[in-house]
Amino acid sequence: MLTRFLLAGLDTKAWVLLSVLAVLAVAVPFMALAVPPTSPWSLSMLTVTLLGKYFCYALLALSLDLVWGYCGILSLGHGAFFALGGYAMGMYLMRQIGSRGVYGNAELPDFMVFLNWKELPWYWHGFDMFPFAALMVVLIPGVLAFAFGWFAFRSRVTGVYLSIITQAMTFALLLAFFRNDMGFGGNNGLTDFKEILGYDIQAPATRAGLFVATVVALAIGYILASAVVSSKYGKVLVAVRDAESRVRFLGYDVEKVKLFAWTLSACMAGVAGALYVPQVGIINPSEFSPAASIEAVIWVAVGGRGTLAGAVLGAVIVNYGKTWFTGVLPEVWLFALGGLFVLVTLFLPKGILGLAGDLRQRLAARRSRAAAGSNAAKEATAP
Amino acid sequence: MTDPLLYLDGVSVSFDGFKALNNLSLMIDPGELRAIIGPNGAGKTTMMDVITGKTRPDHGTVMFEGNTDLTKLKESTIANLGIGRKFQRPTVFEHHTVLDNLELALKNPRGVFSGLFYKVSEEDRKRIEELLDITKLSPKRDVVAGGLAHGEKQWLEIGMLLAQDPKLLLVDEPVAGMTDAETEQTAHLLRAISGKHSVIVVEHDMVFVRELGVKVTVLHEGSMLAEGSLDTVSANQQVIDVYLGR
Repeated sequence: MLTRFLLAGLDTKAWVLLSVLAVLAVAVPFMALAVPPTSPWSLSMLTVTLLGKYFCYALLALSLDLVWGYCGILSLGHGAFFALGGYAMGMYLMRQIGSRGVYGNAELPDFMVFLNWKELPWYWHGFDMFPFAALMVVLIPGVLAFAFGWFAFRSRVTGVYLSIITQAMTFALLLAFFRNDMGFGGNNGLTDFKEILGYDIQAPATRAGLFVATVVALAIGYILASAVVSSKYGKVLVAVRDAESRVRFLGYDVEKVKLFAWTLSACMAGVAGALYVPQVGIINPSEFSPAASIEAVIWVAVGGRGTLAGAVLGAVIVNYGKTWFTGVLPEVWLFALGGLFVLVTLFLPKGILGLAGDLRQRLAARRSRAAAGSNAAKEATAP
Repeated sequence: MTDPLLYLDGVSVSFDGFKALNNLSLMIDPGELRAIIGPNGAGKTTMMDVITGKTRPDHGTVMFEGNTDLTKLKESTIANLGIGRKFQRPTVFEHHTVLDNLELALKNPRGVFSGLFYKVSEEDRKRIEELLDITKLSPKRDVVAGGLAHGEKQWLEIGMLLAQDPKLLLVDEPVAGMTDAETEQTAHLLRAISGKHSVIVVEHDMVFVRELGVKVTVLHEGSMLAEGSLDTVSANQQVIDVYLGR
């Protein structure tokens, strides 16, 4: 039943995307590790990490699209779930440092020694075990989202008001995580990681492994999201987006419908954050900044809201643009991003993928019109 | 005498001091088709809001099937008890096809997980075909609902209500903006539905109410002014004064 459920959602677009991911999962590690650096086909470790980062963002965009594109919940605070997943992973990585820290304290991370803490806070316990940390990666964002959604949806907060509260949520977390006495490294966050699951985190093979893990996570996320949106529940989601009270009077519990998608989405964002942290090597409170969450909204808008492939595409394209721009014209990037958002909102309400669909339709219409025209001409010349 | 399906007893609702419903009592029998008329602001829509759980009354009870007080329940629970509502403006899921609209409305478990693993059964397919026939939307089954004409949307919405298989249907101004032919067809549709379901129709259009040919309740300033056949209430001096005479 589960396989049928998972496979039922996959359309042509999904298969194309999954094939591309499969090729990348094999080709990128091969080009980075096996192809000699002198060859033009060789990839630098920097590129591998960069690609891995893009795909983490793509998973975040996918999770955001699930709630925004399909259920109409515009979250301006999805970065919070991403960051919480990242912090959970960061805590595991901190514990893995052990006595190799600057202060050589086997029990306490450096920043705690620096703050003169004598023992590990209770909420750091268990994070030395990977399975526990992995569980927390989904559980913490999931529980926060569930609690947040429970109250917000029950009180029928919708639209702009809900967006503002999500923004407030991530901002509150930003301020909280900035504080040293929260026990998450304050301003500096968690960094200086040494190894993950016993592998040197800087080693090329580990980096390639993390890249593959990210691609696999993105693929699983995509399959799951497609299955959800193409099920009858997915149709209910879209129905809630388009006519919430109608859904209610049909007898669906709209709060539960929203809560499921919202919580699932937060868990996905958490996984994205957890994969992001070991690849970039740091997690700090800036990931909670409202701007980061808004940027994720732009990726989805650019790629095509309400199309899963669009979210993935948008995240990769915009972030590639960011890498390129910040290399060539760093001061222009924010203007370019703002301009892009305005242009997309005004001229491409359905994003890049929507534009492609429109063009295809227009072409087909022209072709059928041309065919009709030539038929008419034939009929006219016929006696 | 049969027990009433719906019994509103002394229901009052006020918004900021304005009494939208004032000690309103009303009884609907199983299988009955009832028309409710009244000038703007008479409380027709508020009455529907109270029955469907959208508005909580300040006083009074709304008993459904004799023993369930609807004033304590939320919208989705009331809907699942068997009360369907048609909005004044046709409200269908514009991005879904006609077929999907009906599928979502079909009387099936409403939970998240039953939705995730739902597969159309043979029985459901047959029921959808039936509904497509009743609403005459068979040729448009794969059309996105947003692309339907106004009248077609109204019928689709009625079809969705039927898919819910409710005991009581509340229909708010179903023929507003319809052509004469569409109006006649809608009256026919509603008459066909009643009998198996109780139907309450709120309407302004007197021609349409006459076409229905059923018992009429006249509301005025949140209370019942008169009740009876259209001819009886039309002859009532009070009714003429507040409504018909204008």
